[in-house]
Amino acid sequence: MKSLKKINGNTLLLLITIALFVVMYIAGCVVYSTKGFTHLQTFLNILINNAGLLCVTCGMTCVMLTGGIDISVGSLIAMDCMFIAVGIEKWNMNPILLMVLVLVIGAVFGMVQGFCVGYLKIQPFIVTMAGMFFGRGMTAVICTEQVSVSSSELFVKIAQTKIELPFGAYTNNKGVLQVPYVRIPVVIALVVLIIVFLMLKYTKFGRSLYAVGGSEQSAVMMGLDVAKTKLKAYVLSSVLCSIGGICFCLNTMSGSVQQATGLEMDAISSAVIGGTLLTGGVGNVIGSFFGVLINGTISTLVKTNGKLLSSWSNIAVAALLCFFIILQSVFAKIKEKSK
Amino acid sequence: MTFPGVKALDNVDLTLRKGEIMALMGENGAGKSTLIKCLTGINAFEAGEIHVEGIDGPVVNHSTLDAQKKGISTVYQEVNLCPNLSVAENLYIGREPRTKLGTIDWKEMISRSSRIMKELELDVDVTKTLEDYSLALQQMIAIARAVDMECKVLILDEPTSSLDDNEVAKLFKLMRQLKEKGVSIVFVTHFLEQVYEVCDRITVLRNGTLVGEYPIAELPRVKLVAAMMGKDFDDLASIKTEDNIDFTNAPLVVKAKGMSHKGTIKPFDLEIHKGEVVGLTGLLGSGRSELARVIYGADKNQTGELEFNGQKVKINAPIDAMNLGMGLLPDDRKAEGIIGDLSVRENIILALQAKRGMFHLLPMSKQNEIADKYIEMLQIKTASKETLIGQLSGGNQQKVILARWLATDPDFLILDEPTRGIDVGTKTEIQKLVLKLAKEGKSLIFISSEIEEMIRTCNKLIILRDGQTVGEITENLTQENVMSGIAGGGEND
Repeated sequence: MKSLKKINGNTLLLLITIALFVVMYIAGCVVYSTKGFTHLQTFLNILINNAGLLCVTCGMTCVMLTGGIDISVGSLIAMDCMFIAVGIEKWNMNPILLMVLVLVIGAVFGMVQGFCVGYLKIQPFIVTMAGMFFGRGMTAVICTEQVSVSSSELFVKIAQTKIELPFGAYTNNKGVLQVPYVRIPVVIALVVLIIVFLMLKYTKFGRSLYAVGGSEQSAVMMGLDVAKTKLKAYVLSSVLCSIGGICFCLNTMSGSVQQATGLEMDAISSAVIGGTLLTGGVGNVIGSFFGVLINGTISTLVKTNGKLLSSWSNIAVAALLCFFIILQSVFAKIKEKSK
Repeated sequence: MTFPGVKALDNVDLTLRKGEIMALMGENGAGKSTLIKCLTGINAFEAGEIHVEGIDGPVVNHSTLDAQKKGISTVYQEVNLCPNLSVAENLYIGREPRTKLGTIDWKEMISRSSRIMKELELDVDVTKTLEDYSLALQQMIAIARAVDMECKVLILDEPTSSLDDNEVAKLFKLMRQLKEKGVSIVFVTHFLEQVYEVCDRITVLRNGTLVGEYPIAELPRVKLVAAMMGKDFDDLASIKTEDNIDFTNAPLVVKAKGMSHKGTIKPFDLEIHKGEVVGLTGLLGSGRSELARVIYGADKNQTGELEFNGQKVKINAPIDAMNLGMGLLPDDRKAEGIIGDLSVRENIILALQAKRGMFHLLPMSKQNEIADKYIEMLQIKTASKETLIGQLSGGNQQKVILARWLATDPDFLILDEPTRGIDVGTKTEIQKLVLKLAKEGKSLIFISSEIEEMIRTCNKLIILRDGQTVGEITENLTQENVMSGIAGGGEND
């Protein structure tokens, strides 16, 4: 009984998100059992395809916790990918060095945005919108064409490395043994997820994010450095976004101006479905993780069906978003009433 | 330190001795808050020095954190904690206990927090979020946070305005304990009784200047009030002149029958006549505000019906009530009343504009006229009518909201705690205003935690307990009668 009492609205929301994912996935398994949906690899592919998004969403969650938003992430990814692609193909640079540079660029990018939001107290939406235009513009300045990466052996090797799982192997109908695998970006993304989770729970910075989002005025009064916390949040978001960009580039092995268009919205919707409030102060990366999985599952379901227009996944996400924000506001109402 | 157009503090000295409780008194706008903000580093000051025991040379605090490090902690009137965090975190954020790895030690934090709560005899689950607890408990938690920071100086800015008597007693006990430990306390309050109950000395400010420092024994109540107001005190008790007007023949303005709202207020009947002031009284959380909210449509009534000026009406939302000629002055002026980024003028015409609708903008000349009229009538202290309301002191903000409703010329006005957190002088003015409005034929509901104030202003008192109306007093309005009613001697009980 006591443990039941401890479940508050926010934990319940998280549970609903997880339950929804499980139900959705099982439904997929039942409906599309003949199309291989039941195989472990289908799930792993969702992870592989969304590793970049997961990194970005972790950063987005941190920013949203402060009550802010970062819509520059999509174009920052495009810029990162283009930078790596052109760096390898045209400038013959070392891919590892390029990746490090991308992280540095991300940090500087985030610092500028964070400074504007934290110290100059400009609306995060408008600041990161400027960042968004800058990133997309810069991508085109680097190169206007699509660039495929093929000349660096090291890069191709990293991108194509399969990490095989020690379990879940099966033989397909042609009699070939299929070993489930993930790729390096998945490992990176999961490590990011765990680190951010621990950071949010166990560091002063993590808790400060919640405090700032809960009540900025109070955070100041309690002696927290609000401006610095915000600056750090945006730096974190941009750095995680750049890590996401690296994952993205490893997945697509190319750079183009139109890459990752609208990704910021996927990240925001994943975070919201995962229980992060746009008003700040409430949320968790575990929820965001499941938000990403739900997003991924929806598009996989639509693809597996084969007959549906891919736009249906947008409509499904729209419906889900609606469902979750209504749920959140209903919970908030109930909470207010019960006082 | 100056505020726009007004010099907020001018050459004020303040001495605080080790282990004493000092009351900092003054009317609204006297400069108490500004003085405190200078001490705690929220506002910078232009001249003068601060010295703290154990630190050589003058101290300059650049932030609250800075001040805390030097041993000066503050608890404000409005709870400044984070509602979304757990109680334990609210106690320890910014100075969390760490494990060897440098991460937050949750176990230690929770056990320490529980111990603090136990010491203060508060029944609180520290792992729950702060918003699960009442405002009063939140206030106690805020104090617990300040106390636990091993402060030398504790500043309490109106800590008791949202606490009930029992909680105030607990707070005073805590203050005395701290005093014995050698903590010096600055206590800002508007409740005179509380000053005499717990303080050793009184410092009085007026219009940003120091009036004087007095040992408590040398400054009886009347002299204190005179010092604060700078004039001989117009006795509060003489406000109400005529007693026991018979309203049975006056037309009914409000007639509620069996109205209720699930979870907040059980079905009630209520009749208010023209020109009558009805008081709602009861303990904190007894349903005083909730009853008013149901009539006004802020919480929709789920049962019962309402007649207004003799006609049956259906109120679905506050705008319906406004159009009928009702007004509600909410008790939480920070959250529900003022819009800090708008000017005094804009705040005054807000309700009137809402009533007229978005597309019938009031002409500017008319707006100015209305604003000037009420600033004059209510003596709102502001540099100009274009000053942002957020820069006004609490009592003056309250007057602006009152002006907002008066501008709509309502027949029926609900005032929920209009005098909370404002000084004696303004309180008297508001009470006088209530009586004046009633004389002009308006009907009012008046809600206040101070029984004396209700007795002075109301013609009839409705007593509430646990979300239910339990009695009505129309004659012999005395403190004892009302108290026994609240405590459980009501006639319907």
